[in-house]
Amino acid sequence: MKPWIVPVLAAVALAALPAVLTPYTQDLVVKIAVFAVFALSLELLVGTTGLVSLGHAAFFGIGAYVTVMATGDRGAASALWLLPAAMAAAALYAAFVGALSLRTTGVYFIMVTLAFAQMAYFVFHDTKLGGGSDGIFLYSKPVIELGGTVLLDLDRKPHLYYAVLAALVFTYALLALIRRSRFGHALAGIRVNEQRMRAAGFRTYGYKLAAFVIAGALAGLAGFLLAVKDGAVNPELLSWHESGAVLLMIILGGIGSLRGAVIGAVAFTLLKELYQSEALLGTLASHWQLTLGLTIIAFVALLPKGLIGLKARLWGSAHG
Amino acid sequence: MAELQVHVAEPQAHAGEPLLRSNLLTRRFGGLTAVHNVSLAFEVGEVHAVIGTNGAGKSTLINMLSGEMPASSGSIHFDGHDITDWSQPRRALAGIGRSYQRTTIFPAFSVLENCRLCAQAALPRAWAVWQSAQRCEASLAVAREALASAGLADDAARVAGTLSHGGKRQLEIAMCLATRPRVLLLDEPLAGMGAEETERMLALLAALKRQHAVLLVEHDMDAVFRIAERITVMVNGEVIASDAPAAIRSNRQVQLAYLGEGH
Amino acid sequence: MDFATFLVQCLNAVQYGLLLFLVASGLTLIFGIMGVINLAHGSFYMIGAYMAFVLAPYFGDWYLTKLVAGVLLAAVFGYLLEWAFFSFLYQREHLQQVLMTYALILVFEELRSMLVGNDVHGVQPPSWLAGGFKLGELMSYPWYRVFASVACIVLALALYGVVNRTRLGMMIRAGASNRDMVRGLGIDIQRLYRIVFAGGVALAALAGMIAAPLSSVYPGMGGSVLIICFVVVVIGGIGSITGALVASLLVGFVDTFGKVFFAEYSGIGVYLLMAVILVWRPEGLMKRSF
Repeated sequence: MKPWIVPVLAAVALAALPAVLTPYTQDLVVKIAVFAVFALSLELLVGTTGLVSLGHAAFFGIGAYVTVMATGDRGAASALWLLPAAMAAAALYAAFVGALSLRTTGVYFIMVTLAFAQMAYFVFHDTKLGGGSDGIFLYSKPVIELGGTVLLDLDRKPHLYYAVLAALVFTYALLALIRRSRFGHALAGIRVNEQRMRAAGFRTYGYKLAAFVIAGALAGLAGFLLAVKDGAVNPELLSWHESGAVLLMIILGGIGSLRGAVIGAVAFTLLKELYQSEALLGTLASHWQLTLGLTIIAFVALLPKGLIGLKARLWGSAHG
Repeated sequence: MAELQVHVAEPQAHAGEPLLRSNLLTRRFGGLTAVHNVSLAFEVGEVHAVIGTNGAGKSTLINMLSGEMPASSGSIHFDGHDITDWSQPRRALAGIGRSYQRTTIFPAFSVLENCRLCAQAALPRAWAVWQSAQRCEASLAVAREALASAGLADDAARVAGTLSHGGKRQLEIAMCLATRPRVLLLDEPLAGMGAEETERMLALLAALKRQHAVLLVEHDMDAVFRIAERITVMVNGEVIASDAPAAIRSNRQVQLAYLGEGH
Repeated sequence: MDFATFLVQCLNAVQYGLLLFLVASGLTLIFGIMGVINLAHGSFYMIGAYMAFVLAPYFGDWYLTKLVAGVLLAAVFGYLLEWAFFSFLYQREHLQQVLMTYALILVFEELRSMLVGNDVHGVQPPSWLAGGFKLGELMSYPWYRVFASVACIVLALALYGVVNRTRLGMMIRAGASNRDMVRGLGIDIQRLYRIVFAGGVALAALAGMIAAPLSSVYPGMGGSVLIICFVVVVIGGIGSITGALVASLLVGFVDTFGKVFFAEYSGIGVYLLMAVILVWRPEGLMKRSF
């Protein structure tokens, strides 16, 4: 079976979904899709290139903040420049962080990426620049206007739904393209044995930096979508809890595959909803950090290959 | 086993002019001098073996020549250029290839993909993401050629991790060849090989040396004396002798320092 | 800035740096010897601080006794935690260690929340350390801060002594440079790891206890100290205690004087320092040495 059949079917199903879903569930699907984009962006770094970054939320948050700050109070901005601006800002910070942190490897790299994310967090949390710990509101959601007619108004739920879906499809397709290209194969080689790649003539620093910046830009895309969906941003978007969460998503689904990243985003979001649901868990819901923490420990201990690995084990087929 | 084919490469430097040479190459680690004032030359058409006991500095020497480790002092020249400060990728693209003592293949990829990936390094426009790697004719052609040279053409589709130990060592050489090198720095290619595999590898080296300059670090003395045109003996980081095999065999110093010891 | 103020800031910088050193030394030892990256290390600091708060009513002015009690509790806790949880992490790859220890943070935070709540608490220094001495005409420097610095120096010397002058220390240093060889020498690696881990936990918890009267006790304190400690370890070099000391003091000065001169933006000063070091010496200031 061709590898693209399942993703295409899923996309088509998602496109048809609004007809049968309640508004709450539609919202949930949008939320999951945004985090799926976020998770996919990290998958390029961790799964494809083998760079474990613990600071990916910084680019997510910067994309979100720039979306809100660039809109300001001047009415609805055009998504045609706002989205590229948000992604460019995220990419710029990714270039800075990547250039420095890629001078280290292994555990150092993990710590340095975390530290640089914390630096960005501070800027938005403690300084006047970002509106402080309360965050800021997005007063008008972006639109796409051509010659007086509004083609896309992200304030309207159906438009937002299809825009987010389109972004997810775009991200998935782009990463699939990258993974099968020469560039992607080089990244895979770097993941397995960077020294060998250098011996063959690859300037591995440049490849890793490129992957880091692309991942950062895509995280910025997810940030833009979140800001538009929620209508507000706050500094916690850049916190290391957010960085930890997105890392959890991809390991939950299974590292090394795009499907794994999406499945992980779905699983994590639903799990969090479940653990925080008072309706289902009563008082235990307020202690969701405990249940979530224990679940993660059990999960990583028992299913190191993620949900995709579980499927392979149950049905004995090699997928992903 | 497939027929050995070695394709004729571009015209090389005149035989006799060293393609790669080091001058007073030295490497210190804090108080320890691992390599001291080593001046060697490697010419197209010959296998230049470097032998010595463990700790003699052979690995450090190869690492400095390939660019993995910077020299503390001394210089390295390749094809007329001073490459002492060049990074390893730059040297690899210029034509210095190496194989590793511990097999460094990509076990999860196919044998063909292992070579194709190495061949890809030299291709331009690495950022062209819309092109599929599997259909990159340029790198595929070079990879198939390298596999044929190394005798692995029949195993192209196999997953590299399933090869026998000898097969993996052959792949290690093939990957080195896929980068179209002019100098081959081979670090113990015969390690762990049985008799038949060793014969195959020696035949391959004999064929390769016609168009390449070959540095061979090896412990298998029989193989070294059979295949090398020149043998350099290192002890404690220094060269104590560098000559034709017959002269080395009868060199008193070498016999005392190395060949005599429990061989 | 007049001299008295400058002196006070220097003393503050040293005191903050030394406290950081206690936490960072545990982190760098645990990574250097066991190869485990432990995100939950900051939680031990937080646990120490909350212990200081919880134990205060029982010990009153018997402050040193309280510290000793806390350290012992923490060491036992660390020993058990290594046995029950961390010993399973040694063979796993960094990503899994990151996630498991991240999950551990969540568990610790929630347990603390359930046991002690989420309020911010103050802890009083003991009466015999209250007040301060005069520096110049307007400033007075708190005795407790002097105590904190002295305590940290004593502990640093003790740590140096243990690592460089005892058999245990020799095994620790050997384990840091060559894990397999130490195992090959027949030394009980399991117990060594457990002791080192318990030691690291105890140091972090002790730092938290000492810090409690200075910085108050609040939920997020584990996270903040952890990330600063990561910066310290990156600057100083993994596995190097001397490096951790130098880096901690550096960070102490940058942070303290940063607050004086740059107020709002001071928070990022430490990270800029790290950025500079990364450009200049990516492997850290001290290459793997004790």
